[in-house]
Amino acid sequence: MTSIPLMPALPEIWLAAAGMALLMIGVFRGDKHTRSLSWLSVLVLLVAVFLVINGASGRTVAFGGQFVTDAFAIFVKVLVLLGSAVSIVLALDYIEREDMGRFEYPVLIVLATLGMLVMVSANDLITLYLGLELQSLALYVVAAFQRDRIRSTEAGLKYFVLGALSSGMLLYGCSLIYGSTGATGFEAIAQAVADNEGAASIGLVFGIVFLAAGLAFKVSAVPFHMWTPDVYEGAPTPVTALFAIAPKAAAIALFVRVMIGPFGELVIDWRPILIAISIGSMGLGAVAAINQTNIKRLLAYSSIGNMGYALVGLAAGTESGIRGVLIYMAIYLVMTAGSFAVVLSMRQGGKMVEGISDLAGLSKTHPAMALAFAIFLFSLAGIPPLAGFFGKLYVFLAAVEAGLYPLAVIGVLASVVGAYYYLRIIKIMYFDEAKEPLDKDAIGRSIGTVQAVSAILILLFFVWPSPVLTSAAMAARALFPA
Amino acid sequence: MVIQALSFSLFALVAVASGVMVITARNPVHSVLFLILAFFNAAGLFVLMGAEFLAMILVIVYVGAVAVLFLFVVMMLDINFARMRQGLLRYVPIGAAIGLILMAELVLIITSWIGAPDGAQTRPMPPISEMSNTEALGRILYTDYVYLFQASGMVLLVAMVGAIVLTLRQRGGVRRQTIGTQVARTKAESVEVVKVRTGSGV
Repeated sequence: MTSIPLMPALPEIWLAAAGMALLMIGVFRGDKHTRSLSWLSVLVLLVAVFLVINGASGRTVAFGGQFVTDAFAIFVKVLVLLGSAVSIVLALDYIEREDMGRFEYPVLIVLATLGMLVMVSANDLITLYLGLELQSLALYVVAAFQRDRIRSTEAGLKYFVLGALSSGMLLYGCSLIYGSTGATGFEAIAQAVADNEGAASIGLVFGIVFLAAGLAFKVSAVPFHMWTPDVYEGAPTPVTALFAIAPKAAAIALFVRVMIGPFGELVIDWRPILIAISIGSMGLGAVAAINQTNIKRLLAYSSIGNMGYALVGLAAGTESGIRGVLIYMAIYLVMTAGSFAVVLSMRQGGKMVEGISDLAGLSKTHPAMALAFAIFLFSLAGIPPLAGFFGKLYVFLAAVEAGLYPLAVIGVLASVVGAYYYLRIIKIMYFDEAKEPLDKDAIGRSIGTVQAVSAILILLFFVWPSPVLTSAAMAARALFPA
Repeated sequence: MVIQALSFSLFALVAVASGVMVITARNPVHSVLFLILAFFNAAGLFVLMGAEFLAMILVIVYVGAVAVLFLFVVMMLDINFARMRQGLLRYVPIGAAIGLILMAELVLIITSWIGAPDGAQTRPMPPISEMSNTEALGRILYTDYVYLFQASGMVLLVAMVGAIVLTLRQRGGVRRQTIGTQVARTKAESVEVVKVRTGSGV
């Protein structure tokens, strides 16, 4: 009998077991205990963070090569787990108020997070697919969680149908890759590519194209972004916050691992695809957001644009590029969490509002929240010395180092155009007169904490950036064995 | 050999023909029945390849569960299929274009494809004389692929939880069986002896 080492996958096993335990608790205690179950779920995710950090730091392959954990996986897993935990905290008050206080909500988020961890640790096409499906399936359900509201169910259905289509493309790509290399494991595929002296057969190239299309859908990059504004607008706001935070990090990490790992030698073949995707995303994110009147739609376009900037680093395909992607994602997560904490505090007369014009006069009625939102928006626009500037700086530097000057120039131009709509919101908050002020008591204690902590992190990132920079550098190095 | 080749042609032909019928049949119930026929023939093809376990699973799961579920859905839901097809013509050009592009890609791939020298023939691993399909699958499913197996289990759990979350509703005014109360009833509170006079009723 040979034994199967389980320790490398301890965080995943913990999340799976704890998720099922939470489900049992929920079933027996009922919906009245949703709040305590939510806090328990946050605790479960934090324990998982602890397990991830204390796990093996070197590259460990387990389960016959289907699973890998390395510095890269650890970095992204910590981001994903913290992002999920924050999005559960953000949802605490909302789900009770808006008739979605059912205990399955935190449980489904824990299970979705499990899927994200599986994605991040994927070292095999089958693991990749299963992780992606586990994550997506749970997210489809939470998108439709307000099952009696037509907007929420429409968002869930739209996400489900388009997600199934993208999974189909991804699987088609996987089968083409398997057909041309005879392997599903990433190392074996890399070996097959190397044996072919870096020349890809047509089947392999098509496989990569389809795989990239499926992954681009999951990160909502142009031209597979169509679902994003509708789903973001229709889904309940805390669910939108979740969509914008954790799954984005996991999907970008998966994208990076697939492209750099098995297809690292084919960078010349896939680079044009990524350049096109990232230019399209940056451009659309900058231009299409200008006319939006709904803050959630605006943040959807903003997230499309942000994915474009992150993919600039991947298009560079170098170690510094990947480091840029990781730094960008870490900062993006904090900015997005903060922005959604503000959106979740927008209430008039006890009802949620989502119009950008509803923010008018916020600086007088809620000076602290207006200041925090202004910090997030300046950071999203990339104004130094806020954190968002550094995120963009590192990806553009990597693009310049890799000789992709046009990409870097277009990126800078897009971020200038994009700055317009971020600044417009700040103008509305600070210089427009309020028609009907937002509720005073709308900010709960937990949401207020998220706003404050994110604002401080963004504001003071430049004082002590080294923890993020060094761990991102270590994580990027793990993908490029010398 | 001849019988094998003949039965392959038969199964393959019927499978393709019934596949075409699935999408062209006017009556949706007929479509589902043709789908079942296609599944049966695919199972036949699996048997020819020596994959008897997959053949059985195909029949049990797809015919026994999935197709029957389809039948239920088609028969129970009042879907006006004629109206659903009204917009079909509008989408034919774009659908055909995408189909053509995919077709061209497939042709490109197949024409450039070089098969591995030892992969030319299908053969079960390990040979069927040593171990049955079921045993061979079971041996790797819980060892080499235990991670993926468990992950699939989690996917199914999420699907189940999701289906319940989105559809289960606690309705008021529903009479439910409470076995405890039923069992605790005594003769005194549930039986009443009445003397009925003839012709007057209770």
